[in-house]
Amino acid sequence: MRSIEVLGSGCPNCQRLEANAREAVAMAGVEADVRHVTDPREIVRRGVMSTPGLVIDGEVVSTGRIPSAGDIAVWLSK
Amino acid sequence: MTGLALPSLRRPNAPLPLVAGGAAAAWLVGWFAEAPAADWLAFTVLRLEPGTHLGDAVAFFLEDLPKVLLLLLGIVTVVTLIRGFFPPERIRPILAGRGLLPGTFAAAGLGIVTPFCSCSAVPLFIGFVEAGVPLGVTFAFLISSPMVNEVALVLLWGLFGPGIALAYMAAGLTVAILGGLLIGRLRLERYVEDYVWQLQTGKMRPISVRLTWADRLGDAWDYTRTLVHKIFPYLLAGIGLGALIHGYVPTDLVASIGGRSNLLAVPIVVLLAVPMYSNAAGTIPIVQALLGKGLPLGTTLAFMMAVTAISLPEFVILRRVIKPPLLAIFAGVVTTGILAIGFLFNSLIG
Repeated sequence: MRSIEVLGSGCPNCQRLEANAREAVAMAGVEADVRHVTDPREIVRRGVMSTPGLVIDGEVVSTGRIPSAGDIAVWLSK
Repeated sequence: MTGLALPSLRRPNAPLPLVAGGAAAAWLVGWFAEAPAADWLAFTVLRLEPGTHLGDAVAFFLEDLPKVLLLLLGIVTVVTLIRGFFPPERIRPILAGRGLLPGTFAAAGLGIVTPFCSCSAVPLFIGFVEAGVPLGVTFAFLISSPMVNEVALVLLWGLFGPGIALAYMAAGLTVAILGGLLIGRLRLERYVEDYVWQLQTGKMRPISVRLTWADRLGDAWDYTRTLVHKIFPYLLAGIGLGALIHGYVPTDLVASIGGRSNLLAVPIVVLLAVPMYSNAAGTIPIVQALLGKGLPLGTTLAFMMAVTAISLPEFVILRRVIKPPLLAIFAGVVTTGILAIGFLFNSLIG
């Protein structure tokens, strides 16, 4: 079971990232739990200041941008 | 007309330099061809008379729409590409190790190049304060980042020339520096919500995935096309209104209502700008038409800055980390600064 966290306040960009992440899970064909972290304290605790951020299995893979579903799928299959 | 849908450039079929070069060439052709094409369309195809109200208004619209669109597409893409190299995570250590004065200057300057969206204001604020960036330095950044808006800067440059664009930038930097120094001197740390001080920030780890140029260009283009798509209806409305003002509103009217002799003009435009938050691009054509009709420069700059910097949503978001007195001081500094710039430029420049 993989863990995916979308870090963001719920702004439109964060919603798009979450949608891409869910699409990527389907593309990669993995089991994953996708969570949206909106608490700014939790976001900062992960070392991220520019949202939206993406964390896969506890590792920050992207901040301040919206990676495509294809890119996220590649990261998931590593 | 709901928006302008532009294609994505993710994973293009052609090699990247070819795509970028082709786009740049098409942009240049469009830039030099659009004004003659607009005149030809208005006066030859539509047979309008130059010098008439209708002819001037239509020519203004046909010339301005492609011009503003090209400026937005080209320059926002380039600016976003550059800003991708200055994420807040990278500039935080630069600001943390400095004294109040150099830190404030650096923060005001970096505020221009660092991408900022009011939705990340809270994590950014906590991240800065936690890392030991002084409160005044943090606020210099928070003031400069929205106040010197890159879309406004670039459009001002393209439509009015470097003088007005640089005046806009210098004015925003000055307000950010003075505001940061003031907030720093007032020692307002007690008005930051207590939990901010108690947080333990995560260690800054380098992000494990490196961005390629294709990623960066794809990101910049995605940002630009989303922005243009979103603001296109406002752009149409703004340029349409600008065209009407250009064609029909007599110069005396604007000059007598908004002229320098009317001291209320600056506060009024600032008030008008508050609900226009985040629509900098849509307001520029209106501003251009009004400037052409004699609206003074100070009033114009005050309006542009108020559109991007006085943002009620951002104030509401920042309330989560700072208490009302500091929020009021922040809003007061920004508003006072904008008003001062309006009056100063109006009294200095005729």
